Amino acid sequence: MNNSVAKEKIISLRKKRSLEDMRFKYYGFTAMCLSLAVLVFLLYTIFSKGYTAFQKTIVLLEVDYDQEVLKLTPDSSDEEMEKGKFFRVKKQAIENFFPDLSKSDIKLVKKLFSINVDNEIKHYFLDNPEVINTKQQIWVTAHSDVDQLLKGNSRRDVPEDRRKLNDIQLSYVDQLVEEKRVKQVFNNFFFTKADSRHPEIAGVAGSFMGSLFTLFTVFILSFPVAIGASVYLEEFAPKNRITELIEVNISNLAAVPSIVFGLLGLGVLLNVFGLPRSTPLVGGSVLALMTLPTIIIACRASLKAVPPSIKEGALAVGATKTQAVFHHVVPLALPGTLTGTIIGLAQALGETAPLIMIGMIAFIPNIPTGLTEPSAALPVQIYLWVESAERGFQEKSAAAIMVILIFLFMMNAIAVFLRNRFERKW
Amino acid sequence: MFFWSLVLIAVGIFSSFIYGRSRIKLNSKKQGTKSKSLPNYYAQYVLMWCLFPALIVYFSWAIFQEQIIQNIVISNFEFIEGAVYNEGLLLAEIRNVANNPSFADGKSIEIINAASHYSSLRQISQISFYTSIIIIMLLGALYASQKLKPEFHAQHTIEKYIQYILIFCSSVAIFTTIGIVFSLIFESLRFFAEVSIFEFLFSTEWYPFIPIREGQTAAEGSFGAVPIFAGTFLVMVVAMCVAAPLGLLTAIYLAEYASPRVRKTVKPLLEILAGIPTIVYGFFAFVSVAPFVKAFGQSIGIDASPTSALAAGMVMGVMIIPFISSLSDDVINSVPQSLREASLGIGANKAETIKKVILPAALPGIVGAFLLAISRAIGETMIVVVAAGTAPNLTGNPFENVTTVTVQIVVALIGDQEFDNPRTLSAFALGLVLFVITLFLNIIALQIVKRYRERYE
Repeated sequence: MNNSVAKEKIISLRKKRSLEDMRFKYYGFTAMCLSLAVLVFLLYTIFSKGYTAFQKTIVLLEVDYDQEVLKLTPDSSDEEMEKGKFFRVKKQAIENFFPDLSKSDIKLVKKLFSINVDNEIKHYFLDNPEVINTKQQIWVTAHSDVDQLLKGNSRRDVPEDRRKLNDIQLSYVDQLVEEKRVKQVFNNFFFTKADSRHPEIAGVAGSFMGSLFTLFTVFILSFPVAIGASVYLEEFAPKNRITELIEVNISNLAAVPSIVFGLLGLGVLLNVFGLPRSTPLVGGSVLALMTLPTIIIACRASLKAVPPSIKEGALAVGATKTQAVFHHVVPLALPGTLTGTIIGLAQALGETAPLIMIGMIAFIPNIPTGLTEPSAALPVQIYLWVESAERGFQEKSAAAIMVILIFLFMMNAIAVFLRNRFERKW
Repeated sequence: MFFWSLVLIAVGIFSSFIYGRSRIKLNSKKQGTKSKSLPNYYAQYVLMWCLFPALIVYFSWAIFQEQIIQNIVISNFEFIEGAVYNEGLLLAEIRNVANNPSFADGKSIEIINAASHYSSLRQISQISFYTSIIIIMLLGALYASQKLKPEFHAQHTIEKYIQYILIFCSSVAIFTTIGIVFSLIFESLRFFAEVSIFEFLFSTEWYPFIPIREGQTAAEGSFGAVPIFAGTFLVMVVAMCVAAPLGLLTAIYLAEYASPRVRKTVKPLLEILAGIPTIVYGFFAFVSVAPFVKAFGQSIGIDASPTSALAAGMVMGVMIIPFISSLSDDVINSVPQSLREASLGIGANKAETIKKVILPAALPGIVGAFLLAISRAIGETMIVVVAAGTAPNLTGNPFENVTTVTVQIVVALIGDQEFDNPRTLSAFALGLVLFVITLFLNIIALQIVKRYRERYE
């Protein structure tokens, strides 16, 4: 009697306990899945917001290259052609864009075109000078508002005063769609142009080059210093207070918030040393100091992985310590140090806050060509576009994120490749 | 200047190497004895004596040239009695005119004079720069070449020099720390000369708007940083509420339950989460999470602002999940297997073993991981800049707009930087607070983890 009650109790307790066990395992599994789901959702958000930025909307415009309007003749020199009155041609083309436009409507129609249209009309002409005195059908870039509307990023069912395009403009756009005078093509501007105030002609080329120059500076500064420091600490440093101080310093620097490095750059590199603001040189120096601990830690790990027998062998046949280290240990550790450096560079590529501090946030509408020229960087460009009120910049920021993620992915792939290809198991 | 001087130095390096090599061969042939070291070491010796003095000249020139020229220009500037000058603006104007003569129209005669003075000084500096680099390189090579005798131990000397170079490389970390500490303290002292430190640390009003021009009667700025600290704390708490359970449970699952195959696939995926740039999280918070939080707040009747502590904190939490999970994973894995086996052996099931044995044993390490994560969350900038607000707000409601230390640093330094204005300097005081707190957290965390490791080794 008593026995069976106790048995039942034990069985129910065991059931409860194993249920508890299951539940706990399930919690862990859910937590892991949630973390991964967030990752998927994040990537999905970026892709779904950004893929439209790789297309731009173009409009078919009939342009009359009349020599009277252009103030050119068929045998004008190239220099004269550069100075042709293309804005007048454009004005005329827009006036005749739809039949019987009233004056107020012309203004509205003009807003359907990008500010870059003048340029496009001009370049079409400069490339084909024989079109003078003929009418040409040219595809030109549409304004960002039209672009966003046709991509479905801005809605038409909101009240008119909260829309970028009013009802008349909407009806014109619809007419264009019906007459197939508008289409979407690959957005080459996104990859060939620098930042702009106008979303339809803003691109990542400028900030991409800025990031490349910055990374170049980071590499030049941090790689030799990191190798030197890790070789010293791993192979030569005597065990004393100073060495310990250096090691503590390195591990603490790794945890200093990046924005503090920005303050260092501002307070020391710009204000004390007077280096030029907003340049990849300063940005790269700050990021080099920031990534130095990461690279040093990776370099030391790969130096440590080289078996001591190699060094001892070199010492035994009469090499000095310096020779043994630099001729035998360092070359063997080099793939590992390179992998560590690339991972450090990847970290530097995504860093935004220090670059803002040293002024790489300025609006730079041209593509930089050197280390001492003011330039933007990819992450800062993304920040500027995220903060921008213009609707058209949102898809640009998502697309720029895709560019930076692909860049990061490639760097990591190279690091993994190097590791797998050259890493030796001892 | 930058490019051509590098070319000059490169030419110097190359020719000094060749020179050193051929010279020692010649000398040893002349004396009829073999040199003590290989010829390359003598060449390296000449090279180092040629290169390093030149580099020192190069960098000191790059660092001090602009400062010295500016000082000379300012000290020779013909100030007009009674007029008020702002030195920074004046210098910018002079530089503009000097670099771009078309800006000279409409500028006063003093400025144009100063600009031409400035450009002539720059020219003098350029010429003397190149000559001094050449002279220094020649002197270095000359000094070194006197030592190029067969009985000179070039290799020993070179190895000693290499040691010095390596020591210099490793002390860069110390210089960086010194640079951080000094720049923060120096500018903060200037800030605290105008704003009392007690006001900064304990007052609750943050209106950093100081009249920029004299005579402009705006309200006096007040710099009480309590709302900023409170905002930082709130965002950090939200982030930890997301990251601590998710990260820890993920770590437990991966360490104790998951099959090796799951471990092998999930760990790199989590590392992707750690490798994503923070501005991307900022975008995510701004575009997806903040609107969601706002809609959620409205649906339960709370008026949420479009940028809220909750949105920023949640996304920040996601960012530090991999941080917590990988650190905790390490810690859990380093709990000795014998503890696990003992617990399982007396009949505890897995969940009980984890809860009653492994977690208590791993607790110090987990606390250390959390402290490191907190320090990371406090120092994080881009997520909060994009997704939390810029207006200070002393509140405990996560649906409201708050601001953080990092946001205020960015806000104070975007745009015009006036280093005689407490508004700009406040960034350095806030940076100092941030630096001290993160350093403190980091040291404690590392200590805890270290002691924990020692216990089981």
